[in-house]
Amino acid sequence: MSKGPRKHHALSTRIWHWVNAISLIILFMSGLNISNAHRRLYWGNDGFAAADAWLEVPRFPGWMTIPDYYSLAAARDWHVLFSLVLGFGLLAFMVFALINGHLVRDIFARAREWRPANLWIDIKEHAKLNFEHGEGKYNVLQKISYAAVILIMLPLMIFTGMVMSPGMEAAWPWMTDLFGGRQSARSLHFITAWLLFGFFMVHIVLVLLAGPIRHIRSMITGNDPRETSDAEA
Amino acid sequence: MQRRNFLVAAGAAFVAGCSEIGDSQWFGKLVEGAQGWHRGLHRALGGGRITMAPEYDRSAISPFFRGNGNQTVDTDEYRAAEAEGFANWRLSVSGLVDNPGTLSMEDIRALPQRTQVTRHDCVEGWSATGEWTGPQLSTILEAARVQPEANFIVFRCADFFMRGGPDNRRRVDYYESCDLDDAMHPQTIIAHQLNGEPLPTRNGAPLRLRIERQLGYKHAKYLTGIEAVASLDDVNGGKGGYWEDIAGYQWYAGI
Repeated sequence: MSKGPRKHHALSTRIWHWVNAISLIILFMSGLNISNAHRRLYWGNDGFAAADAWLEVPRFPGWMTIPDYYSLAAARDWHVLFSLVLGFGLLAFMVFALINGHLVRDIFARAREWRPANLWIDIKEHAKLNFEHGEGKYNVLQKISYAAVILIMLPLMIFTGMVMSPGMEAAWPWMTDLFGGRQSARSLHFITAWLLFGFFMVHIVLVLLAGPIRHIRSMITGNDPRETSDAEA
Repeated sequence: MQRRNFLVAAGAAFVAGCSEIGDSQWFGKLVEGAQGWHRGLHRALGGGRITMAPEYDRSAISPFFRGNGNQTVDTDEYRAAEAEGFANWRLSVSGLVDNPGTLSMEDIRALPQRTQVTRHDCVEGWSATGEWTGPQLSTILEAARVQPEANFIVFRCADFFMRGGPDNRRRVDYYESCDLDDAMHPQTIIAHQLNGEPLPTRNGAPLRLRIERQLGYKHAKYLTGIEAVASLDDVNGGKGGYWEDIAGYQWYAGI
């Protein structure tokens, strides 16, 4: 092990960040292709008619989908493959982040950080485009967003996806009931996919505002982005 | 501006690259491996028991059970069979079995029956619930005595699709297949009834497969025969099913 200063981002965090980013992009875009096969969403266990649907989603154009033409079979290939990368990647990240303390130290917000006054300060600092504040590595809004993605949204995507696999459902049928039925799980899968897309966009915009070169470099090399500015970089 | 052009170009290259990779041989192998992983997980997470698709009360039955794919069989033979209430329909049992033969509808109705209310999940995303009745496939296969070399069961169907342009128009028969694990599964039945009535034409009259741990396209309709084989390579297009051959759908449809 190197005796140098502790890295800002652990190697496991950096590898997972990029593997996860690629998986999410591929799963999202192949998922939009799959959505085109049946554009109605339902609550409950079953549904196929327009009258049963709570939402009819638009047809997503080729530039938003993988592959870039309509193919349910090919899109499912990508989804089948990268669902494993996403699932086992998240599992590995969680194990590492628990062992090296990242999850508890950096991601979980302390009780005092949850106080409304502190949240309000954080919102105001963000509005002033000042992102390097708060205690620890991340400010409280950052901690809440990362925790929501890692602990709620990604597991929700994985488990609702598992419910939709009939072979998996036969192994853990209680999971279908937990989400209120297969079509409810499908609706939640779709909604959460767009929430993740929302996180993705906000994340990218904030990195651009906060200094994209040094932050991206930091997520590759692990060095502290606060030690350099983009002007120097 | 240069950076933005670079990003647009990178995005376009990514999508085009994905489509390119998707058509390559090595990607196909990778996906095949991933399907095996999913299937392995589905079995392993069942903790060693025979995993069962959920079954429901009759109250869960969908008022109308949608027919998808072929809604009928466009041949004179089928129309004639339909007109006589499928009284003379036969299901052949062939291939790597000690006792090949054919079963009449009466033979099939005389076997021990299983009735199950299950949810049908189409690969497209919709679901419908119905009550299916018929003998377990395992009963038929045990009577036929499947030979040890057999690894798969192939389901032959009366229905077909017309494929190709005007100059190479050809008939491509529907068929499906599964491994012996799914073939011998207690919920795998040769259904002749839906919701207590003979199967409607749109749902595969007079006989269809129910293979409850897989998606809808595996549930072959208009069954004419079951065949035990060692390998799927020489069966029709070689990929184990109509949609698998024609459009590259996954052979393991439990995902």
